[in-house]
Amino acid sequence: MRIALFITCFNDMMFPRTGRAVTELLERLGHTVEFPQGQTCCGQMHFNTGYRPETLPMVRRFSKVFAGYDAVVTPSGSCAGMVRDQHRVVAAQLGDAALTEAVERVVPTVYELSELLVDVLGVTDVGAHFPHRVTYHPTCHSLRMLRVGDRPLTLLRAVKGIDLVELPAAESCCGFGGTFALKNADVSNAMLADKMRHVLDTGAEYLCAGDNSCLTHIGGGLSRLRTGVGTMHLAEILASTEGSVR
Amino acid sequence: MSGADNVVWLGTPPFPEAARAALADTRLRANLRRATGTIRDRRLAVTAELDDWEDLRETAAALKRRTLRHLDRHLLRLEETVTAAGGTVHWAADAAEANAIVTRLVRATGENEIVKVKSMATQEIGLNEALAEAGIRAYETDLAELIVQLGGDRPSHILVPAIHRGRSEIREIFRRQMGKWGRPAAEGLTDDPRDLAEAARLHLREKFLRAKVAVSGANFAAADTGTVVVVESEGNGRMCLTLPETLITVMGIEKVLPSFADLDVFLRLLPRSSTGERMNPYTSLWTGVMEGDGPQDFHLVLLDNGRTATLADEVGRQALSCIRCSACLNVCPVYERTGGHAYGSVYPGPIGAVLTPQLVGVENAASLPFASTLCGACYDACPVKIDIPEVLVHLRSKAVEAKRRDRILPTPEALAMKAAGAVLSSPRRLAALQRLAALGARLVARDGRIGVLPGPFARWSGTRDTPAPARESLRAWWRRTREEGRTTRNGKSR
Repeated sequence: MRIALFITCFNDMMFPRTGRAVTELLERLGHTVEFPQGQTCCGQMHFNTGYRPETLPMVRRFSKVFAGYDAVVTPSGSCAGMVRDQHRVVAAQLGDAALTEAVERVVPTVYELSELLVDVLGVTDVGAHFPHRVTYHPTCHSLRMLRVGDRPLTLLRAVKGIDLVELPAAESCCGFGGTFALKNADVSNAMLADKMRHVLDTGAEYLCAGDNSCLTHIGGGLSRLRTGVGTMHLAEILASTEGSVR
Repeated sequence: MSGADNVVWLGTPPFPEAARAALADTRLRANLRRATGTIRDRRLAVTAELDDWEDLRETAAALKRRTLRHLDRHLLRLEETVTAAGGTVHWAADAAEANAIVTRLVRATGENEIVKVKSMATQEIGLNEALAEAGIRAYETDLAELIVQLGGDRPSHILVPAIHRGRSEIREIFRRQMGKWGRPAAEGLTDDPRDLAEAARLHLREKFLRAKVAVSGANFAAADTGTVVVVESEGNGRMCLTLPETLITVMGIEKVLPSFADLDVFLRLLPRSSTGERMNPYTSLWTGVMEGDGPQDFHLVLLDNGRTATLADEVGRQALSCIRCSACLNVCPVYERTGGHAYGSVYPGPIGAVLTPQLVGVENAASLPFASTLCGACYDACPVKIDIPEVLVHLRSKAVEAKRRDRILPTPEALAMKAAGAVLSSPRRLAALQRLAALGARLVARDGRIGVLPGPFARWSGTRDTPAPARESLRAWWRRTREEGRTTRNGKSR
């Protein structure tokens, strides 16, 4: 299958290793991965902060750059949610009929990583090996915008050597929320404190999630407190094999 | 105090600031966590019992949507049926008008005190304050409202207005204040819930038996029969609705339902969503007046106060579907930490964050649509499926537009967003920024982490390490490793 990787602007700059992991993983499963160099950003930050007209060029660009692939995969639940739920809204409100049409064509091909693996490629055991104690945080957008359900957990359970432990109050928000963490820093910190407590309660070595933005928030707190708990994107665990050390 | 001043409480700072103060209150945090946690678990248990819960939600949402589309028709029908049943209908465009109507009606009875059954609409318009100015004393009879009133306080939750108070605080309030309002609390009052409830019972009984006039809110009204409905847990509301001679109900215009039969759906949804009970203990329904039974004079005040304007907004109008169950408050991670007062409005929590700015104009409550992480828990809990996150981002764009309109110079945020937009819509500019950031990060980062950040990021970096941008972006890595021919052509070395 010819799959385009939408890495997202944040991962591109901060977590290229997640993009490399997605690529390795999909190629290992026998697929062709392409990286359209014209890609930029889904526009979520602007849209969610109220700067709607500013998102229009990004929506336009996305629908053009990612047209024509069998599938578009992104290792970010929240960016996938933005594309799927909000690009239509922007196109309808600020764009033209041609844009709406382009958005409608591309949106059904866009998948978050676990959806692509389980629903489209039909794999739940990707042949990964990760001998560590891991707990999984289902990020809000994966959980409630995309409804990925237990797909990520199904994938994780099949990983060899993994000791997967349940995260208490897993479904409660970590307090990141994009610009919320800046605009309402104190509330965000209070939410983070509870999330960190739950992570520490599991005794996990790694906190795993399908979104690096939430992991940056939680991981930033865990790092500041010198807890020794690392964060790792789902893609990186799934890409790990017996021969590779992550 | 005018009505709009009451929907949004004057003097409350913007949400982030008010929240900071609330977060520092450890007792409040503990009270809230315990209370919302308990109600949340109960709600999940009783909604899971019903096989058709999702169908019920969908039915209710559709019914509300349909009703709102023809609200004018249903309201005129309600006026007809209430009048035919011997009641009198009054229309109030805003808080001042509603307060004037109620004041006039109470004065006409010659009374100078009234009893009240919990009503958010009268909180919204500041009725108690308006009556006080006219020399009329209003006694709250809902237990939580009583605690709020005696404490000289504001409600902080839709269903449990005194959720922020622990029982030892309540004991203190009863001991200090009850005597000033009527029957004092007994000597040696303990903070045992049974003891506190008994004190309130004795205090209120005196009021019920004396009052000639009552003011109530309404949960629903059926247009085809003219029936008004109040749903409650304690029975104090029923005392108000049945004992006095005159009953004045103040109701937001969005509470009307087309028919009596529609109550079926909502009376099943409301208690399970709000208190986590299969059914609430007291549901009172009344239709006009009946000779020799209950109040002999009934008035229904239909309150607009910003609702027609809200109705005109195609995205925002869904907030008018709200049945005030408070399920969204109880699941909201932000509300759980800050409590209701930080929202600075009679309507707190997620529903308040979308309803309040619409009732008063978004420029008058501009921080509220941003008081959410958009985690979506409220949407999942809402029994009438209000897409609160959708309305929040819709109102955020309206708040930003209002600022753009009102200011000569753009805000620093607007400038930053514009700059970011220019970078993020061009792969060339984005790649250039990535190279620059990687370079900058190498200068300031230690072990791939950045400590303290400047400006708007300072508060972030106070508690969290920030990862440094990667030395090589994915884009650059791809070019280097996957598109070698191209890099060689450009003469770059590997």
